[in-house]
Amino acid sequence: MDTPWGDLFLFAEDEQRLVAMLGHLCQDAKARAAFLVDQNGRLIAASGDTTGLDTTALASLVAGGIAATGSLARLVGERAFSGLFHEGERSHLYITVLDEGLILVVSFDRSSSAGLVRFRVRRASEEIGQVFTEITGRVAGPRAELAQITDEDIENLLSN
Amino acid sequence: MSFINYAAREINCKLVYYGPGLGGKTTNLQQIYARIDPKSKGKLISLATRTERTLFFDFLPLDLGTVRGFKTRFHLYTVPGQVFYDASRKLILKGADGVVFVADSQVERMEANLESLENLEENLAEQGQNLDTLPHVMQYNKRDLPNVVSMTDLQAALNKRNAPWCEACATKGIGVFETLKASAKLVLTDLKKKVGG
Repeated sequence: MDTPWGDLFLFAEDEQRLVAMLGHLCQDAKARAAFLVDQNGRLIAASGDTTGLDTTALASLVAGGIAATGSLARLVGERAFSGLFHEGERSHLYITVLDEGLILVVSFDRSSSAGLVRFRVRRASEEIGQVFTEITGRVAGPRAELAQITDEDIENLLSN
Repeated sequence: MSFINYAAREINCKLVYYGPGLGGKTTNLQQIYARIDPKSKGKLISLATRTERTLFFDFLPLDLGTVRGFKTRFHLYTVPGQVFYDASRKLILKGADGVVFVADSQVERMEANLESLENLEENLAEQGQNLDTLPHVMQYNKRDLPNVVSMTDLQAALNKRNAPWCEACATKGIGVFETLKASAKLVLTDLKKKVGG
């Protein structure tokens, strides 16, 4: 499962669109929160109740789990396992890899069910995937701010 | 594969600590975690065996500060060094913006160093990358032990590309931050070159 994009640039309007779609998914699936994570374990967008949740750690562990599961799938002759369901006593996670190589994570509890979450995720995946393809497919707009970074800036950053 | 989030004004980079088993990769992360300001670090996650050998990876997110209004966040990963965990190493290495090769300076570990470096080059090649272009730093660890190979011989054997290098004694924290700084500098300079023109 190679990441199908190179460096990723996310602008405010991209984030707003992704967060809005994740928000709708949470609502429709009666989920607590939904996250988009890249395959390198970086959180791209989140919506819902993330109070008290270490989303950085979550993103890294989810990506690690997906990477390991993908390798497992290939060992048994599958291209991939399309979804992962982690069932706890009170909280559950449904994790799926979108065609675009993006990982969608939905956290839910007793107010929802695995069936409903899976159904809603399937419907939302396409739309999220399309938006993400637009984001990764476009020429990465204003880079001027990054071009202004000097060697001195980097030195100063690291001297602290 | 850097991730630049203009919405959150964040630059996210992935740095992977690679090297032979028991070379000190996890110790590097533990020392950074122990010494860095709590505000600048996240949780240190170690997926290890019962005997504390790295099974899958260690992970430490760090905020290095702000540059031109962008928060620079580094995600540090270690790979499992033991030879038979190659599948895991390949997974962790994917998308790395930079690599720290932690070599064990002891004479009896030279073969393991060479084997691990070769393995790194093979795994990078599979991903269409190589050490000629990927930012990397060599760390010669365990310099405090009596049976170490000379720096000249280590450099000749392991650092053919003349990458920046540091001597270290990771258990005492010596050389750990120098290595991190050198790698972060290379990664950010490379990023600036790639995306900033």
